[in-house]
Amino acid sequence: MTVSRREFFKIGGSVAAGASLVAGVQAQAAVGNTTLTYKPKSVGKAAAMATNAPIAFQFPDASSPCAAIKMGAAVPGGVGPNQDIVAYSTLCTHMGCPVAYDSGKRTFNCACHFSMFDAEKGGQMICGQATENLPRITLEYNDKTDTITAVAVDGLIYGRQANI
Amino acid sequence: MTSKNDRIALPPVSAKKTNLVCHFCIVGCGYHVYKWPENQEGGRAPDQNALGLDFRKQLPPLAVTMTPAMTNVITDHAGKRHNIMILPDKNCSVNQGLSSTRGGQLAKVMYTSDGVGKARLKHPRLNTGDQWLDTTWDDALALYAGLTKKILDSDGPGELAFDCFDHGGAGGGFENTWGSGKLMFTALKTPMVRIHNRPAYNSECHATRDMGVGELNNSYEDAEVADVIMAIGTNAYETQTNYFLAHWVPNMQGATLDKKKKWFAGESFDKTKIIIVDPRRSPTVAICEQVAGKENILHLDIEPGTDIALFNAFFSYVVENGWHDKDFIAKNTKGFDAAVQANKLSLEEASKITGISVARLKQAADWAYKPKASGHRPHTMHAYEKGIIWGNDNYLIQSALVDVVLATRNVGRRGTGVVRMGGHQEGYTRPPYPGDSKIYVDQEIINGKAMMYTAWGANPFQTTLNAEEHRRAILRRSNIVKEAMGAARGKSAAEMVEVIYDAVKNKGGLFVTNINLYPTMLADAAHLMLPAAHPGETNLTSMNGERRLRLSQKFMDPPGSAKADCLIAADIANTMKKMYEAAGNSDMAKRFAGFDWKTEEDAFNDGFRTAGQKDAPPIDSQGGGSGNLATYERLAAAGNNGVQLPIKEYKNGKLIGTEMHYMDGKFDTGDGKAEFKPAPWPGLPKPVQAQKEKYKFWINNGRVNEVWQTAYHDQYNDFVRGRFPMAFIELNPDDAQSLSIAGGDVVEVYNDYGSTYAMAYPTPEIKKNQTFMQFGYINGIAGDVTTPWTDRNVVPYYKGTWANLRRVGSMEVYKRTVSFKNRRYGA
Repeated sequence: MTVSRREFFKIGGSVAAGASLVAGVQAQAAVGNTTLTYKPKSVGKAAAMATNAPIAFQFPDASSPCAAIKMGAAVPGGVGPNQDIVAYSTLCTHMGCPVAYDSGKRTFNCACHFSMFDAEKGGQMICGQATENLPRITLEYNDKTDTITAVAVDGLIYGRQANI
Repeated sequence: MTSKNDRIALPPVSAKKTNLVCHFCIVGCGYHVYKWPENQEGGRAPDQNALGLDFRKQLPPLAVTMTPAMTNVITDHAGKRHNIMILPDKNCSVNQGLSSTRGGQLAKVMYTSDGVGKARLKHPRLNTGDQWLDTTWDDALALYAGLTKKILDSDGPGELAFDCFDHGGAGGGFENTWGSGKLMFTALKTPMVRIHNRPAYNSECHATRDMGVGELNNSYEDAEVADVIMAIGTNAYETQTNYFLAHWVPNMQGATLDKKKKWFAGESFDKTKIIIVDPRRSPTVAICEQVAGKENILHLDIEPGTDIALFNAFFSYVVENGWHDKDFIAKNTKGFDAAVQANKLSLEEASKITGISVARLKQAADWAYKPKASGHRPHTMHAYEKGIIWGNDNYLIQSALVDVVLATRNVGRRGTGVVRMGGHQEGYTRPPYPGDSKIYVDQEIINGKAMMYTAWGANPFQTTLNAEEHRRAILRRSNIVKEAMGAARGKSAAEMVEVIYDAVKNKGGLFVTNINLYPTMLADAAHLMLPAAHPGETNLTSMNGERRLRLSQKFMDPPGSAKADCLIAADIANTMKKMYEAAGNSDMAKRFAGFDWKTEEDAFNDGFRTAGQKDAPPIDSQGGGSGNLATYERLAAAGNNGVQLPIKEYKNGKLIGTEMHYMDGKFDTGDGKAEFKPAPWPGLPKPVQAQKEKYKFWINNGRVNEVWQTAYHDQYNDFVRGRFPMAFIELNPDDAQSLSIAGGDVVEVYNDYGSTYAMAYPTPEIKKNQTFMQFGYINGIAGDVTTPWTDRNVVPYYKGTWANLRRVGSMEVYKRTVSFKNRRYGA
């Protein structure tokens, strides 16, 4: 292809302009997050979990108490081989008092202002003064290793501007 | 609103801070609104955010309530966006930093184009026959005022019916009761007015007022120092939440004993006792038992509708034991002997009627009325609400209750009081009602009377008795007008007035206007809708259950061209004034004068602050003659603690109020003597008894914690709708099983008066053959099966009806996503 002098200058000019634009671009972070970056944490092996016996763990950091429970039958948001394992923050979303697990009712109860949350219904507030259901710990299940891993939090943990 | 629910923007130190009183129950908890530009955020260090909290580490319990529901991003009329955060005020004496599940969502429900408020009315809307048209205020007012004038001139004010709020808080306030009241009563002079939750223009507390005892006569602090609280037909944890949590609970826990010793020197104090009169074991009963121990709680689960017999038995027993205050009765009351005779009922008879054993009746009376170990009369506070107000029969129950209260002087002493607990806040300032008798407006409408019907901050489709027949009548009559309007083409507003007039005058039609925040169910019937504003979008004053007056400050624009109800009233009046002036009718033009208000403060000054002043017209105001002392400026300075009405004086830059009424033994009667009222046990009303004999289940009903009133906001709030996709009905599990009903099934509730639907919620605490249905909800309306029976003052008996249940089917999504676990703590 022959290129006329006029066209050469046109292309060369735009190349030059492009080069100067490139020179002005600042480097940006490699990952374009719009979500908080949680560091995954293993909660344990599904087979090791006894039905209706909560396992305490902390997520996303040491000052955030959580509980994972194997409900024994599939529940909304449940993971694991039977889709029955769920986990929640155990700080009441109202004023941060620790909620206690009632294994008979399978609810989390707060003794401060009497809020109750249903472990089998995604942490839904049954009755109480919170404005949010219990924060749900997003779990992932690896069927090769039978491992339950906490990967994120759905809901704001009490007493924080952000979960991390 | 963001979908990122794991973080929120903190208010920077520079955030603007204003006061807002929660309008989602009578208690009126104080909140602070923080507002700042959307592109700014406060830091986590305590000196970098307006809350002064250190978010660099996990906050300890009870440090704050701060949730995503307490934040929002709002847009003003000029398009500028701001963050808002609305948090409870720790220095407010009412809630002391507590927030309820309702008040905790104040920010979430503020208007945004994509949030809970997205369905708000933004501009006037006209139904042109079969479609809704957004229109201008000028066009809407030309039609509304034109039709009103035509009817007023031709047929008189009695054809102009209203269903109007009369209270404080959202859809109310002293500004707006005055604006609407001045329009209805001074300008239009119509007596055809009912109140938002009942079918006539009446009080919920006629008897106690007739006896000289206003229904809000103590302070929340009195509940902290009472020896005994008798809670009658009130479920305070759910419906007066932070009054219960911040004032009752500390008393039950013994945390106020020092205050008692200080206030009542020389008296002996036993463990605080709570007596709860309620046929249902409510969530409040369960929590009281948790807090105070079962041995200090007495739950009198009376047979439905038998309160009169209970109080008459207490009264008789007190007199029999000589526990009544003879000096006080002689000097400060009248009618005692006649009441003793009329109300005479033995414990044995009362036991048969109420179903409560004689031993438990005795125990309750001993706790509440027997002199204490120190010989002092116990401080027994009597708190009541809808169980009595919507009970059998309102006038007689209140009479029977206040009789025993007066006999034992449990009013006008600190730590006592005979008080209603309340629903919404109060805010009454109106010209006197222009009628000399109570009109049962619902029946008038059903019988084809009235030509215009304006539902103003009210929703009679969800909150009236015999609701199905009433709704059917309005829809039928509305449709006559819709057909006429739809058939009229190319008509100006003035011509359309003639078309509508023909339909309402000659064809049985009813022109329906809905003035509200949202379209609501009334949209099915309305021809015109006018958009109103609520606290935060307008300045608003109200008082709570201890008469505490506060100013909720405006911090944002209302959506579109929505405006405060008082300014809507002014627009209507001013339009009519111009029409009469144009017609050369100066006499009528004068009636519509006096609405030249630019702001809601103008309306406040014209009503609340004018009452009782020299040359003022007669004004019935909860502020009384000293309301004049409360200016917006002084109230803003008084903050969320405000002042308890009536105001005594303004001194050293402070408004000084009244903590308790009747301390001097003078009551609100002509001669200052409280009046005993005879209240013999009447049995159940005939129509109610007939339903009881014919149908199996008692359909008790009431408000629940998570939902405010008719769910006008909450129906768009996923947190609430996820919990209650439709009205729930608690029933005994054995009854459920016998009808093959499981939790989450949809049931039909039906009797002679109507039928409605509800989501079954089997609950062991509900007795056999009894139920409890959520009241006033959008999806399942308990009022559909209520009888039209009312007491002598046209007060309904919402709590008294019987119906059958039928399983309709099963909603898989309800069963999967809604919890049907017991709502009672510790059960």
